[in-house]
Amino acid sequence: MASGFPITSFEVDPLAAPFADWRARGHVALIPYVTAGYPDPGATADLLDRLAAAGADVIELGVPFSDPVADGPTIQRASQRALEHGVALPWVLDQLAAFRRRHATPVVLFTYLNPVLAMGVDQFVEAAAEAGAQGVLLTDLPVGSDPELEAAFERAPLALVRLVAPTTPAERAREIAARAQGFIYYISRTGVTGARAELPPELAAEVEALREVTSVPVAVGFGISSPEHAAAVARVADGVVVGSAVIDAIDRGGPEAMQRFIASLRRAIDER
Amino acid sequence: METSTKAVTSPADRTGRFGAFGGRFVPETLIAALDELSAAYEQARQDPAFWAELDTLLRDYVGRPTPLYLARRLGEAAGVRVYLKREDLNHTGAHKINNTLGQVLLARRMGKRRIIAETGAGQHGVATATVCALFGLECVVYMGAEDVRRQALNVYRMRLLGADVRAVESGTRTLKDATNEALRDWVASVRTTHYIIGSVVGPDPFPRLVRDFQSVIGRETRQQLQTLEARLPAAVLACVGGGSNAMGMFHEFVREPSVQLVGVEAAGEGLDSGRHAASLTAGRPGVLHGSYSYLLQDEMGQIAPAHSVSAGLDYPGVGPEHAHLMASGRAQYVAVTDEEALDAFERLARLEGIIPALESAHAVAYLLREGRRWADAGPVVLCLSGRGDKDVAEVAALRSRS
Repeated sequence: MASGFPITSFEVDPLAAPFADWRARGHVALIPYVTAGYPDPGATADLLDRLAAAGADVIELGVPFSDPVADGPTIQRASQRALEHGVALPWVLDQLAAFRRRHATPVVLFTYLNPVLAMGVDQFVEAAAEAGAQGVLLTDLPVGSDPELEAAFERAPLALVRLVAPTTPAERAREIAARAQGFIYYISRTGVTGARAELPPELAAEVEALREVTSVPVAVGFGISSPEHAAAVARVADGVVVGSAVIDAIDRGGPEAMQRFIASLRRAIDER
Repeated sequence: METSTKAVTSPADRTGRFGAFGGRFVPETLIAALDELSAAYEQARQDPAFWAELDTLLRDYVGRPTPLYLARRLGEAAGVRVYLKREDLNHTGAHKINNTLGQVLLARRMGKRRIIAETGAGQHGVATATVCALFGLECVVYMGAEDVRRQALNVYRMRLLGADVRAVESGTRTLKDATNEALRDWVASVRTTHYIIGSVVGPDPFPRLVRDFQSVIGRETRQQLQTLEARLPAAVLACVGGGSNAMGMFHEFVREPSVQLVGVEAAGEGLDSGRHAASLTAGRPGVLHGSYSYLLQDEMGQIAPAHSVSAGLDYPGVGPEHAHLMASGRAQYVAVTDEEALDAFERLARLEGIIPALESAHAVAYLLREGRRWADAGPVVLCLSGRGDKDVAEVAALRSRS
């Protein structure tokens, strides 16, 4: 198999096998994001089911944080609303556990460090794996920021998904790739999350450059808001992450509109 | 006396830690910029021309050294011999400009033409707008909408100086949210923009860099007291929000075990009321705005709203080096209420003819309450970090209500 994964990573990286399989089949992963508890806690189970039904390969489940500095207005607002409803990490893990009894679709928890630190890192990784999470993405834990803390996530049976930005120098990208689990999340633009009308023209070249330094799967996110964007990204990447545009779809027409939007992304990716 | 802004040591280690605290917990997009800033600072520190330019500006533009003033009537009231380090007499009216001048010189070395900043009371915003005017740089200041209302005078000053002041409507609409918004701007604009953070907070290298630029306060204090009394102070006191004037005063004395270091936080409506800004006295460690330090937060790790009558202290975090100084037992952190600070604001005006910033009034309040503990050990030095003109309207409104 040409996936390039060291065998040991399968033990602690539950996303390695699915991505290797997808790559072998030429299938590009659709990775939508929703904020847990948005627009209200009662909606989450249905939204997750619909994401799975509409063809999500991996779901990013956002654990809301009060001060999301990597997020633009859409996800800020969704997070704030969820927090106003009393949404907290233990509740999100309960929702995930219930979803896992219904679906096998892998889930990556997307959050910031502080809610995890408040629970305790060891307790968190155990509870998250127990609930059925395959990965965790912490926007404020860049590679090298805290070796001890990073190691605690890396040796847990969860993929610690790392990000690479357009501002990341090549040498550092190599360092990140060497430690990457699951997939590398390539940030399509220098900025915060949020739907944008256009993809950056240099995106394809940047993803190609990243591929030259790693065989780890690369998913691209930030600003992807239409089937056309998704298809364009799918031509160069292993995965397409869509976040704010999913929240926008929920705002526009509720769960049905979201499901239709996800299905349209799925089609566009598969027919690219 | 020289202002002597010499290159100073940085005890933060290679990963920017002060003991367990500090670090760089930021989105990946910012890492390259923080590396660039660290490298530029390292180069500047070793370049005598950099410090010579900064020294000249601090002397001729800011008016340093600031006086160390023996406050006799305040001392009688507090039961201790007390000197005020008059940072309120700096150009723009507070200690903030010591840092903004240093950072704007760094921004110029890095070739960045756009400057952003966050501000609470507006003092840092004014100090940033001032140095941007001085060097002809574009300036954007983020300020919580609530603070825009409380500090209308400073908003006008910033606009007069050519800054684009953006009111931040998210979250609690105060300093925390202004900092979030400045960070979001920086994530998007990092290639052309330098973020002049206003306190000893944020990701490495900011806490040590801001401390180094503020450490002129303690260095001058030491020399001045040496000249006046040929001794070290028994204690130095300063208010602590993010903690930049306190770190600026403490840094010179950290290695002098005979000098007590006392930081005064805002207890707001009381530590038991849940409405305060005392991160060290009543918070728990966590990560906010790029560093690991003490925070006000709930059990689930969500950041709790801070409260203080003083906009500059109204922040739920604190600089990581303060967390380390507390954890190691080297410094002591205490808190005084809004009410005590308001009383001290008025008492210093009447005792000394000096109207302090409400932030600085917290340190004055603690001195008035507890100064007798140094009656035999004195003198003590209190960092009067800023002037109170900006607060007069707000205090008048508060006093007419009660």
